[in-house]
Formats: sequence, C-alpha cells, structure tokens
Amino acid sequence: MIERIPILRIGKFLLITIQVDMHDQLAMTLQDDLTVAIEKTGARGVLLDISTLDVVDSFIGRMISNISAVSSLLSAQTVVVGMQPAVAITLVELGLELPGVHTALNAERGMAMLRRELPEDEVDASRRQ
Amino acid sequence: MKTIKTILQSPESLLGAWVTELEPAGWGSDGKFGGADWKHQAGEFLQALSSASRDGLPDLGSSDSREVRNFLETLSRSMAEKGASSSETATWVFSLKKPLFARLNAAITDDSRQLASETWAASELIDRLGLFTVSTFQKTREEIIRRQQEEMLELSTPVVKLWDGVLALPMIGTLDSARTQVVMESLLQRIVDTGSEIAIIDITGVPTVDTLVAQHLLKTVTAIRLMGADCIISGIRPQIAQTIVHLGIDLQGISTKATLADALTLALKRSGYTISSKAQAT
Repeated sequence: MIERIPILRIGKFLLITIQVDMHDQLAMTLQDDLTVAIEKTGARGVLLDISTLDVVDSFIGRMISNISAVSSLLSAQTVVVGMQPAVAITLVELGLELPGVHTALNAERGMAMLRRELPEDEVDASRRQ
Repeated sequence: MKTIKTILQSPESLLGAWVTELEPAGWGSDGKFGGADWKHQAGEFLQALSSASRDGLPDLGSSDSREVRNFLETLSRSMAEKGASSSETATWVFSLKKPLFARLNAAITDDSRQLASETWAASELIDRLGLFTVSTFQKTREEIIRRQQEEMLELSTPVVKLWDGVLALPMIGTLDSARTQVVMESLLQRIVDTGSEIAIIDITGVPTVDTLVAQHLLKTVTAIRLMGADCIISGIRPQIAQTIVHLGIDLQGISTKATLADALTLALKRSGYTISSKAQAT
C-alpha cells in the first residue's frame, strides 16, 4: 500500500496538512495527487500546513517550491503556513528562498490570505455551479 | 633532599626572606596583589607547603598537597578576576626560588654535589607550582571570557513587542555568523510565540555594514518571510546607506526605513491602524 497524505477540499480551496515524517516518495506522491486534485476540483487555492514538520532537506524544500509552481500553472494560489523557525533557517541556509511562494503564520491567516487574494465574485460564481 | 624538607618545614623563617624579595617587586603596594593581607597570604602558602612536605617533597598530584592546590587555585582565580597578567601571577610563585636557594646555599656548605642536586629538586618543585598556577589562571580567564561572551549574546538579542502583532529587534554591535544565528532564532521563535505578522530589525547600533553583515540580514529577512511574517529594516544611517549602495548589495524587495519611528508607522499602517492627533481631529 502506498502511503498518502490526505488532500481535503474546503470550498474552493484544498487543505494539505503534513503530519507525518516527509520522505522523498511521499513528497512525490503528494505532488502527483495534488495536481490531479486541483484539476478535478477546479480549486483556486492550496493551503499547505507544515507546522508539524520539523526536519527538512533540500528535496522537501524543492517539493514545496514545486507544489507552488505547479499549482499556479493550474491557476491555484498556494500558501505555505506554519513553518517552524528551525525549518525556515534550514531552508535559508540551503539557499532555498522559495521565491514566489506565499507564506502565512498559521492556517487561519493563510485561509484569510487566500480569501483576500481571490476575487469575491469568482468564489461566488463557482459556488453557483 | 633532606635540606629542602627541613627548610620547608620552618616556614616562618623562609617567609621573612620571601617578603623582602616580594616587596621591591611591587607586591602589597598595589591593590591587585592581595591588598593588605598579602603577607598573610604568603605565610599561608608556606604553611600549606610545609604541611605537604611532611613526608618528602610535595607532589602536586597527591592528597597531601590538596591544601597547596586549593591555595594556588584560589590565588590564581582571584588574580584573574582582579585583572592581573599570567606572568605576574607566575612571578609570585617563582619569586620563592631566590630565598629558597639562598637558604640551601647557607645550609649546605661542604658538599657541592648535594647542593646542586638539592637546588635542582627545589627548582623543579617551584616550577611545577608555577606551572600549576599558570594553568589554573588560564582556565579561570577562559571561564571569564566564555561567561562574558554568553552574557553579551544574551544581552544583544532583546526582542521587544512594539504593538499588537509588531515585534522589534534593536541590534547592537557587530553582526557575525554566531550572533546572527542567535538573533535569528530568538526572533523567529518570538514570531511564532506571539503570532506577530511584522518584525522590525533596527540596525542603528550596528557600527558597520559589509557584504557579510548584509548577507546575514538578508538571510534573516528571508527566514522571516518563509515563516509568513513581514520584515522591515530600520535605522539605516546615511553612511551605511552609502556603503550598501557602494557595495552593490541588493536590498530590493525589503522594506527599509531610516528610523524606527518610520518603520513603526509603516507597520501600523499595514496592520490597518491609523494614528491621529486629538488636536487635529477637533
């Protein structure tokens, strides 16, 4: 059985909470699953919660960056929330500054950010469908 | 080795000679060297030495010499704290050589071989005592330096809360890698703890900004951004602004302000606060 990280749908947004130790295969699966999910649901925003992630390597850093880039290609905005100080320092020391990735302190603010960035009518329009 | 033992066994007579040796060297005149009770200290040391030499020459490793070791440790520690140099501390012990040799000379008049061997043994003993003192002195100095470094690190990283959701970090002193690390960690931790969205780094107290310092600053700013908070750098003095431009450091994309007040105003504006004066409003 392949281990998977659940992708939850909340309205027009997708919520991904990483609560297990990330390893490379899991990251790859997540990336695949997410693109499929965005395509299927027509999600406009992705909230990636990494508050329980306390160890990162360059691969996971790249994965975060990739998820953001892929989502924006599929016209979904990614917000990474809850990054731990140690993780932030590690990423900076690795030279992975994640340009273009939106970040927020916690899930609540991340969600608020997504709502702000998405024009109100678009959310409404999608609801009516 | 009998003669040295006999000499060491009568510390009172040796003390007189030693004191006259120490006095012209400036001992007792200066607050550094034990102050008023320096003579008493010298007596105490000789006393300890005599009790250690009861069964042969004192061996610094043995339990008999515990008193001598303790005395030397206390002495070098107090010397280090008073700011004396290591050579001054060592000289105190080495100055015992002259009176000791003089006494040996006086005691052994007929046998030059015995005199030579006893002198050598005495010299070795004093050298060991001196080396022990110096190494203890060194250790104490290192402890003092380490403690001061730690205190400085702690002192230099106060993260203050300026407003609800606004943190400020007034940096003081030169930024090196170790300090940046501590500063970054404590600031990021405070951001998590308080849930603050804006952090202001004030570099008014940073004397110079070179490429390395700028790189450390940029790293901190990036880490703060990754956490999901915003960062404003304030307190850029005119010379530093010029240096940054001359060095070609790219601070694009980072909000910079001349003063902490400007930075706070910007932070409040971003958080949606407006400041108005009562007089103007009415």
